[in-house]
Amino acid sequence: MAHDEPTEVHTPEEHVLMAKLVNRSRRNFLFKMSVLLNGAVGVVLAVPILGFLFGPVKNDLPTGHWIGLGPLEQFPAGETRLVTFRTPATTPWDGETGDIPCWVRRISATQFQVFAINCAHLGCPVRWFEESKLFMCPCHGGVYYQDGSRASGPPERGLFEYEYKTAANTLSINVHGLPTLATRASLKTPKNPLIQIQGGSNGCCGSTPNPGELSATLSEKQGSASWPA
Amino acid sequence: MAGLKQGVIDTYSWLERRLGLGEFAAESALHPVPPKTASWWYVFGSAATVLLILQVMTGILLALVYTPTAGQAWTSLQFLNHNVTLGWFLRAMHGWGSDFMIAIVLIHMVQVFLFGAYKFPRELTWMVGVVLLLLTLGMAFTGQIMRFDQDAYWGLGIGASIMSRIPGIGAPLVHIMLGGPIIGGPTLSRFFALHVFVIPGILLAAVGVHVWMVLRLGVNDWPMPGRVVRKSTYEQEYHELVKTAGTPFVPDGVWKDAVFAAIIMLSVMFCALYFGPFGPTGQPDPTIIQTAPKPDFFFLWIYAVLAFLPPELETPLLMIAPPIIIGIMLLLPLFAGEGEKHWSKRPVAILMLLVIAVTLGAFEKLALFTPWSPVMDAWSGAAIPPRYLHELAPIERQGAVVFQNKQCRNCHEVGGAGGQRGPALDAVATRMTEDQMVRQVLQGGGNMPAYGNTLSPDETTALVDFLKTLRENNDPARDAAGRLSKMPATALHHF
Repeated sequence: MAHDEPTEVHTPEEHVLMAKLVNRSRRNFLFKMSVLLNGAVGVVLAVPILGFLFGPVKNDLPTGHWIGLGPLEQFPAGETRLVTFRTPATTPWDGETGDIPCWVRRISATQFQVFAINCAHLGCPVRWFEESKLFMCPCHGGVYYQDGSRASGPPERGLFEYEYKTAANTLSINVHGLPTLATRASLKTPKNPLIQIQGGSNGCCGSTPNPGELSATLSEKQGSASWPA
Repeated sequence: MAGLKQGVIDTYSWLERRLGLGEFAAESALHPVPPKTASWWYVFGSAATVLLILQVMTGILLALVYTPTAGQAWTSLQFLNHNVTLGWFLRAMHGWGSDFMIAIVLIHMVQVFLFGAYKFPRELTWMVGVVLLLLTLGMAFTGQIMRFDQDAYWGLGIGASIMSRIPGIGAPLVHIMLGGPIIGGPTLSRFFALHVFVIPGILLAAVGVHVWMVLRLGVNDWPMPGRVVRKSTYEQEYHELVKTAGTPFVPDGVWKDAVFAAIIMLSVMFCALYFGPFGPTGQPDPTIIQTAPKPDFFFLWIYAVLAFLPPELETPLLMIAPPIIIGIMLLLPLFAGEGEKHWSKRPVAILMLLVIAVTLGAFEKLALFTPWSPVMDAWSGAAIPPRYLHELAPIERQGAVVFQNKQCRNCHEVGGAGGQRGPALDAVATRMTEDQMVRQVLQGGGNMPAYGNTLSPDETTALVDFLKTLRENNDPARDAAGRLSKMPATALHHF
């Protein structure tokens, strides 16, 4: 602001003087231009700042990132085992947080299911109970059947599943980031939905499937419990 | 000596001529407060400010050692606890200071609410106060992440899972929150930035605005039944009151603030000394899944609420409830800016406060023993009381083995031990008939998984035979058809 402008306005004479000063179009114009200039600089500055801030939005693993979980002999048919892999999304300073666990269920010689460790409710680590064939969550009591479908508790869907393939005697999964309900939007119906009534493999009464589990399995699978291809 | 004194006065005058703060400070100190407000009820705001200063100081000291990387944070906390001189005590003070600060801020808020201090013209002071509460809770949550242990790791997972439910932008928000696709190094770094730069910066600025408004508008007058706040007359009445009956803040009121702050400081130090630092608990290693993550004390009620929301309603409620609750808190003074200040004339306000306190207290209490969670080791750790096994037939005892092995205990109490997810089964046979039990076990339902796929017919028979013995010497449950079929044939003619 120009130094010859009065800082306080009291008398009518000063009012008149003030009005004159304000009306001087050149200074007025320069002031407005300086505001505009800084506005423009702000917009330009916002580009790198917002770009940096929102950078992680796109920073997901590229699809088709396959990670080997081990030779097939490690996974006996009919059993569900905890397996750990090092995520390719890791940074050198991630430490042990880069080691991600998952549950591998071998149904038959060629059929697997690989579940994310995170409960579909709020992401706590689910534990497998071999005897009752259930996954249980310690946080709010979400329970899932051995095929990952929801059994009871607050989850609104079954466990998240990784896409898998077997090649050269190795089980591999298509790795993604932390599975959450938001990723469901991008989930597609798997090509070969695993609809099955659990039978002989776990040595129990396969001949009398209960309708509850069958329908739960169907709806979960059609709702797509697998990662996008 | 006189020369020294003159030197001090000269230095002060030199500074004051350039800074011009002395006059303002003197005015602020000596400003009159309304009668009776130099009270022990009016000490909580200043105590919260003193705690904030303690948190800033201890926080800076901890930052001298703490290493905010996912791979080293936990180790550096252990190093602080065990290898750095008094490192454990500074950690303990910072942790306890945090709990005390939230408690004092909440008490301050309740006092302000009870005394009607949010009414005209102090509406904005209240609104900034609500923001300060949220920032304080934000500091507590990010601080819990700084203690980079199992609870912090899975707490981030819970935060991300809640975030992911926001329609449309859930997935990108999760990535912005985590700084990448997983919980890892970038996640801790950004929460570190929030905890030491962003939130404290906003917090200190907001405290400045809050205190500025307290000075500008004056301390709330002591509520009197019948002294009604009206926008047209309040300011004049207030100035009349402090002019005629006010007392200077210094020294009449300030000594109580100072004494209370000293008591709080000593309490923080005592707790730090006696109870020690908070954790860290287990390492932030996601492959260690034998864990039951829980948030810190002041977030436990949220943890409990999340266990009770029905699945279909959970996402809508998570999206709708927080904005409504925060909105009501913020806008309260705009709807109730006038009227009575005294609690005896505000029954609805008192009732609201009690309902909120009881609700939060109940959820906190529930979260302390998590009845909704399975007890993961009950099936192998809690034996069936021997009195339940006396004089049982072999198949019934075999059923007891099935009962343990199939982990029924994880969700069902027997003899006072086991999970509380489902009902206790000590007297299940008085409630359910054999057929009902078979159906319940095989088909599940009512929040129980179906065991049709995991129990053989023999196991089911044995299990239900055992369950039928659990009736605490009462008559077993019977259904109407069963009673009919057991009646003598002649009796049936009467129907």
